[in-house]
Amino acid sequence: MVTIKDSLKLFGIAIVVCCAAFVCTLFLNYRIDLVNARDTISGEQAVKMYEAQLSTSTVVCCVCGLCLVLTSIVMLITYIKNHIDSRSKELGILKALGYSNLSIAKHYYIFGLSVFAGALLGCIGGELYMDKFYQVQNKDGYFSFESEFHIGVPALMIALSTIAFMLLSVWFAYRRVKKPVMTLLREQSGAKMRHSKKDRSPLPFLKELKRDTVKGRYSLIFFVAFSSFCFSAMVQMSMSMKTLASETMGIMILTIGLILAFMMLLLALSAVVKGSAKTAAMMRIFGYDDSDTSRAILSGYRPIAWIGFAVGTLYQFVLLKIMVEVVFKDLEDVPDYSFDFKGLCITLPVFFIAYEVIMKIYSQRIKKLTIKSVMLED
Amino acid sequence: MITAENITKSYGSGASENKVLKGISVSIDDGDYVVILGASGSGKSTFLNVVSGLERADSGSVKYDGVDITKLSDKELTKFRRDKIGFIFQQYYLLPNMTVEKNVRMGADLSDNDNYKEIIEAVGLGDKLKSYPSELSGGEQQRVSVARALAKRPEILFLDEPTGALDEETGRQVLDYISKLHRELGFTVIMITHNQNIAEMAKTVIKMNSGRIAEVYENPQQKTAYEIGW
Repeated sequence: MVTIKDSLKLFGIAIVVCCAAFVCTLFLNYRIDLVNARDTISGEQAVKMYEAQLSTSTVVCCVCGLCLVLTSIVMLITYIKNHIDSRSKELGILKALGYSNLSIAKHYYIFGLSVFAGALLGCIGGELYMDKFYQVQNKDGYFSFESEFHIGVPALMIALSTIAFMLLSVWFAYRRVKKPVMTLLREQSGAKMRHSKKDRSPLPFLKELKRDTVKGRYSLIFFVAFSSFCFSAMVQMSMSMKTLASETMGIMILTIGLILAFMMLLLALSAVVKGSAKTAAMMRIFGYDDSDTSRAILSGYRPIAWIGFAVGTLYQFVLLKIMVEVVFKDLEDVPDYSFDFKGLCITLPVFFIAYEVIMKIYSQRIKKLTIKSVMLED
Repeated sequence: MITAENITKSYGSGASENKVLKGISVSIDDGDYVVILGASGSGKSTFLNVVSGLERADSGSVKYDGVDITKLSDKELTKFRRDKIGFIFQQYYLLPNMTVEKNVRMGADLSDNDNYKEIIEAVGLGDKLKSYPSELSGGEQQRVSVARALAKRPEILFLDEPTGALDEETGRQVLDYISKLHRELGFTVIMITHNQNIAEMAKTVIKMNSGRIAEVYENPQQKTAYEIGW
């Protein structure tokens, strides 16, 4: 019913968790060593730097960890939902044969393994990069401590997160399979159908389809918006890091930002294409052009992507402004920070090109859907 | 006039090759009511797919008024389907997230047909415009499928076992709607079925067996949906 192979398809979650574990391992470890070394720190500037870095580490662990964990939860829930929806008939038959909800749902613990793999890789990566990270953090030489291994950090990252995600998988699967047998047997995937209170005439079909492809698909909207947000915020932030912190920090942020952004976008668009396969096939049977079909299915997400980009731009500016003018304000040699228009001028066209290229690739995927293969699914 | 000449079609290759169509030739007049009759595995669905341009034949030609659609590019074939063809399937294939009206509009917009509501009325679903497919019975869903196909004003309507998933009463109703609209609008009907009784509604019957045409005959008198057995 649910196999390790299914779990492998959750590599997106593994990568997000890997990023979260990597960043949190670094900053959590650093924070612990920083607190332990408090008594050895003297001098006004060193204390100010200590407090600023302590705040930064806390904020990064909380914000980055929380954001990425929430993203992983949304991804996991979306994946389980799609997995169950696409197999609702199978599950309905199993229930009809007498399998209990729990006996079906418990197999979904396997999805927690993707979190285990991601967390393990992230922690190993974090530990390997630790010394370099400490050098970057202490490039001004205020502190004399070195990195130490804290078993609680990987234990928290790997064991706790894996168990939590396994339980979450089983609980969510249990909720989904709790439906009556006949509902599962008749279930049709897709957004819930709601009757509009307004008695409006429908728009032309292609416009309606464009709206319907987006309407009610909150998880996909979130992924598209969040991917653009990550791209915008982290690419622009990485450019500012060169002057505000270090090139290494900039590269780290850029890498994580790009991985997250592309992973989310690919996941979202794959789900959109998969969910619209039958619609696309019917449109081709009826004689709609491939370009009309692709446009109607994919272009509804474009405005969401641009909103995500705008919010990301604003977010990174506000965050860096706060860091420079509040957290590090008492330190000497902190450079001024103002909005990086040059960074925006580079990020904007790169985002536009990257987004449109990915859309083009997915348009090709829609074109390659054969009518027969889609029909044979029934 | 549709002319199919020596059509062959196989699936698989080598030892697992399955020859589904073994050289089929047939002509169909404009406005005809044709039933392709055959048992499961006789190749009738593949023949329908090839003649309608959904699949390409391995060899042979399918000509519509002299134009060979087997030579058309994908883009030209899409335009051909848009301009000429309507489809009705056994499984309806309605868009589940769209209302009856929006589903029918999918066909209507292709021919700029603003009067699509008349067709919805004609199939007896005027009061179900805002309903979703999941809220309709099988017969009603198939009638939406009929309305969607006819709203694009096709010259040829292809039907793949349109009553296969329906009970007798709703099956007769759907066939009756199709016959009525065929008489009123004059399009060509090409329907595949395994039900010998339904063949009595056709003007021309093409019997298929093991990928070949076994027999072509004309019914002396076309029966209505309520006159045939089931």
